[in-house]
Amino acid sequence: MPLLEVQQLSIAFQQYTKGSRQQMVTVMEELDLAINEGEIVAVVGASGSGKSLLAHAIMGILPANAYISGSIRYNGEQLDEAKLKSLRGSEIALVPQSVSYLNPLIRVGKQLQTNKDSIEQHSERKGLFERFRLGEHVARLFPFQLSGGMARKVLVSTAALSRTRLIIADEPTPGMHPDDVAEALKQFKQLAAEGCAVLLITHDIEAAIRIADKVAVCYAGSIIEIAPASDFSGAGNELRHPYSQALWRALPQNGFIPISGTQPSMGLGLQGCLFADRCNRAVDACKVSRQESRQIRSGIVRCMHAT
Amino acid sequence: MQLEGRALSWRYGNGPWLFQNYSITIQPGEVVGLIGPSGCGKTTLGRLLAGYSKPLTGEVKVPGRARNHTGYDPVQLIFQHPERAVNPRWRMAKTLTEGWSPDTELLESLGIKEEWLQRYPNELSGGELQRCCIARALGPNTQFLIADEMTTMLDAVTQAQIWHTVLHHASVRQIGLLVISHDHALVSRICTRTLTFG
Repeated sequence: MPLLEVQQLSIAFQQYTKGSRQQMVTVMEELDLAINEGEIVAVVGASGSGKSLLAHAIMGILPANAYISGSIRYNGEQLDEAKLKSLRGSEIALVPQSVSYLNPLIRVGKQLQTNKDSIEQHSERKGLFERFRLGEHVARLFPFQLSGGMARKVLVSTAALSRTRLIIADEPTPGMHPDDVAEALKQFKQLAAEGCAVLLITHDIEAAIRIADKVAVCYAGSIIEIAPASDFSGAGNELRHPYSQALWRALPQNGFIPISGTQPSMGLGLQGCLFADRCNRAVDACKVSRQESRQIRSGIVRCMHAT
Repeated sequence: MQLEGRALSWRYGNGPWLFQNYSITIQPGEVVGLIGPSGCGKTTLGRLLAGYSKPLTGEVKVPGRARNHTGYDPVQLIFQHPERAVNPRWRMAKTLTEGWSPDTELLESLGIKEEWLQRYPNELSGGELQRCCIARALGPNTQFLIADEMTTMLDAVTQAQIWHTVLHHASVRQIGLLVISHDHALVSRICTRTLTFG
């Protein structure tokens, strides 16, 4: 049984259009994802494709105008508000995306502690600061005094404690020096080896495939492919979806080949495959109906052309 | 006509010196990469060169920079976080035309859509906003462009798309580029010369 199981998760926002008129904008549609204990699942994909929303939905910290359908199960039980309250900050930890999630008026050292901490966690955290080469003075700084990379390290050290069973890391590495990225990834890997489940949300594919078991690729609010990390190699021919291939081939070390166009927003009520207008394999059938997920070569894909 | 920083030094308050007597020159049409560990002062150096702060020692020499820093500056800085570089209360149309009026050709090549112009910054994603910030910085008087982790927050496809456009304009108009980044693969792919900082 997976530790975390997300089924048919859809998220919509209620927005004001003109005056007091409101509309529902769907931003995520029928997303399925499962993570086992000791497993690292990376979610990569386009910026603004809803990767962070997934993290926020699991943590139960979406804004009040968001409507969720589908189910999120943790340890076999439905994850509801009451359950989350007792698990957040102890068994489930979030590494947020930016320093703006910290209180600007409290020194960072103090913010990293919660009232669930014991002496053991104190010394653990001290060890983490040393491993990330954060000097002791850093704990006494305010969030605005941290540089971009230092802030990331501080955020990563909030979650990497041994009592944690599920870590949701939202873009933990951008702007960090390669050595520190390696250190942070090693940290996640070690936690996974100790039985912790890690959901790594990132657009750094390189980093993702270095430690993840499975990689889910997100585009315009839906997961279009879940592939074993080893499929991201060579020219990307092992990948199942044209967008995953485009993403892989656009990396500076793999050709730096762009594709034209921009990601559509799901709220427009588009018919058919959301990638169709940028895809060189699109046929008329792609533009008529949304593709269902199919199992192909120990992976999952939403594309009729995938083999 | 080069951008020159001579013997620059900087530290915050009474803290340790981030850099001392650092000199850097960028020629027109050159793409220079700047790499270094986090917190070593790369962003600060970019801010000094772009004229956002005054160096504690040394001077920054820019051809055509007004002495009192008024008007459109020939050195444009593109920030890592575009959402902090735009006025949240302005619609994008106003932000885009703040310094000059980008032509439709440029907007199209950056993938900026007509419908974004009537929106506010919080209604656009980071990638969409960054495209607008780049269009805003590519005015006819821009001679040097400092890209501070310009595409760090973006996915690979968008990154490649944006860099192809920027590099094209830079080479056509002989704009000198300083690329501040942690991504060695990106820097070695696009830069003609790389500086290690800190």
